[in-house]
Amino acid sequence: MNKLNNMKKSTKVDFATYLGVIIAFIVITVLMNNGTLGRKQVGLLVPACCYVVMAVSLNLTVGILGELSLGHAGFMSVGAFSGVIAAMSLAEAIPFEPLRLAIAMVAGAVCAGIAGVIVGVPVLRLRGDYLAIVTLAFGEIIKDLINCLIVGHDSEGLHIIFNFKGLKTVDDLGLLPGGNVIIKGAQGATGTDTIASFTAGVVLILITLFVVLNLIHSRTGRAVMAIRDNRIAAESVGINITKYKLIAFVTSATLAGAAGALYGLNYSSLQATKFNFNTSILVLVFVVLGGLGNIWGSIVAAIVLYVLPEALRSVADLRMLVYAIVLILVMLATNSPKMKAVLSRVIPRKKGDEVNE
Amino acid sequence: MEFLSYLISGISLGSVYAIIALGYTMVYGIAKMLNFAHGDVIMIGGYISFCAMSYLNFPGWLALILAMVVCTALGVVIEGLAYRPLREATSLAVLITAIGVSYFLQNSALLIWGATPKVFSPIVEGTQNIGGLSVSNISLLTMAACIVIMVVLTLFTSKTKMGKAMRACSEDKGAAQLMGINVNRTISTTFAIGSALAAVAGVLMCSAYPTLMPTTGSMPGIKAFTAAVFGGIGSIPGAFLGGILLGIIEALAKAYLSTQLSNSIVFAVLIIVLLVRPAGLLGKYVPEKV
Repeated sequence: MNKLNNMKKSTKVDFATYLGVIIAFIVITVLMNNGTLGRKQVGLLVPACCYVVMAVSLNLTVGILGELSLGHAGFMSVGAFSGVIAAMSLAEAIPFEPLRLAIAMVAGAVCAGIAGVIVGVPVLRLRGDYLAIVTLAFGEIIKDLINCLIVGHDSEGLHIIFNFKGLKTVDDLGLLPGGNVIIKGAQGATGTDTIASFTAGVVLILITLFVVLNLIHSRTGRAVMAIRDNRIAAESVGINITKYKLIAFVTSATLAGAAGALYGLNYSSLQATKFNFNTSILVLVFVVLGGLGNIWGSIVAAIVLYVLPEALRSVADLRMLVYAIVLILVMLATNSPKMKAVLSRVIPRKKGDEVNE
Repeated sequence: MEFLSYLISGISLGSVYAIIALGYTMVYGIAKMLNFAHGDVIMIGGYISFCAMSYLNFPGWLALILAMVVCTALGVVIEGLAYRPLREATSLAVLITAIGVSYFLQNSALLIWGATPKVFSPIVEGTQNIGGLSVSNISLLTMAACIVIMVVLTLFTSKTKMGKAMRACSEDKGAAQLMGINVNRTISTTFAIGSALAAVAGVLMCSAYPTLMPTTGSMPGIKAFTAAVFGGIGSIPGAFLGGILLGIIEALAKAYLSTQLSNSIVFAVLIIVLLVRPAGLLGKYVPEKV
């Protein structure tokens, strides 16, 4: 107990975050085995895990690095499709599903990481809104490029063609008999084995938390936050701006790729248009409502905001309208000075909070 | 000849982008916020004029004016309810609120008009034959409207009192207030102008590409934002130039390179331009002071 008291506040919060995820996992598993959760609720679990990882990883870019990224779904997309390709082409070589899922997630993460480097090097030279629009542009480009991809697999290995003019079809792959098509251009990946599992999702969340939290508390993380708080001051004390920005950005992209692979393997069919600008925005909303730089906030926001529209299905037509109104009201309530004054009168604040104002 | 007709369709499309981008850039220049709901105001403008023409049998010009009036009111209301309380908040908070407003408008439209696309009847019909090229009247109208709007806006911001107040606010809100400028009213006026332009763009766009859905506005909104950044956000001639160039690039890419990748090519050009000129084509580069 004494040891617990001696820990830094941030360490305590981190432990509580890990513990919370594990407890949530145990509770949900018990509920699943009980049969309390219906098929619909169980179906939400894996995507919810993916969005949690997406939110935590985007928080690294937006909250810790302080750069607004509007193309995070692009990395998820790269991860999803490379993960699907890896899983489908290894289907015969590795029949053991969890191992295949892990390899697919690693493949997704690596590909998204490479995409992160390609995007990050030019993008991170820009600042503010210009950076935001360029990440948006890259997200759309990635989506369009994947839409042109036709990939098949047979005993000779992978066949990939790039459908630049929209004239080629699956037949152009020249697959041997027994081969299967993995990605069919604009139709996306079809007939994917759904090998994603909730356990894998939770493991991925824990790995993400481990990576992100350790990064934040390391020397690298402090350098990244120094750049966020004052770029010029950070540069003048000898911090290599490009290097640390790139580290944070690529880590974020890599984790998004792993989440994408898990997401892709949760559905038997998946189109690249799923990962458009709106998905990036959705994840950004999770991050901002959870609190910039606040990791457990991102987790809670992602879960609540992902489950909320699904829970509102009873009022089907109104649900997105309600979602929009809730979003606006929450932003007004937490950011408007007038509302803050009203809130602070209703809820007495702790002394420590005043300092942060 | 073929090239010329592609070029003209590009300029016509670019004029629509330019009109939207002008609204974007005015709002950005003064309120320093990315108004993601701008694209959805275009869509609302389209629906209003659609209803006016098909249910009330209004002539095209009257429908356009009605759409402008409704969108202007809508813009002012949105600004007053959602953005004004956040004047002092971080830009990210305002951005998320704008996204909320965008969802709100899209889903309201979905509830009111349904998801089935409406077929919009153009406000002007027919084509003109210019030197062997047939150009639709709506293209000509769009180009003319774009040039007129650009000139009027430039004159407005440089000559009138309100225009000067706008420039003062965009320079320094605090100082402007000390000089007796009503900052809130100036920003409201900017939103009103931006939304009226969005309505014009909506009607012209739907006349040229006659399908109308609740999501009609989002892609042109993003493209116009790209155009505004391309030309240097905050600059009126920049938005005009950016819009026209974007339209031409898109039309030519569609015609000669790839239909599927035309959006990607537009975005790729944007990225290259921003890497060479980080503040856009006509944007001012402001060095950071320490």
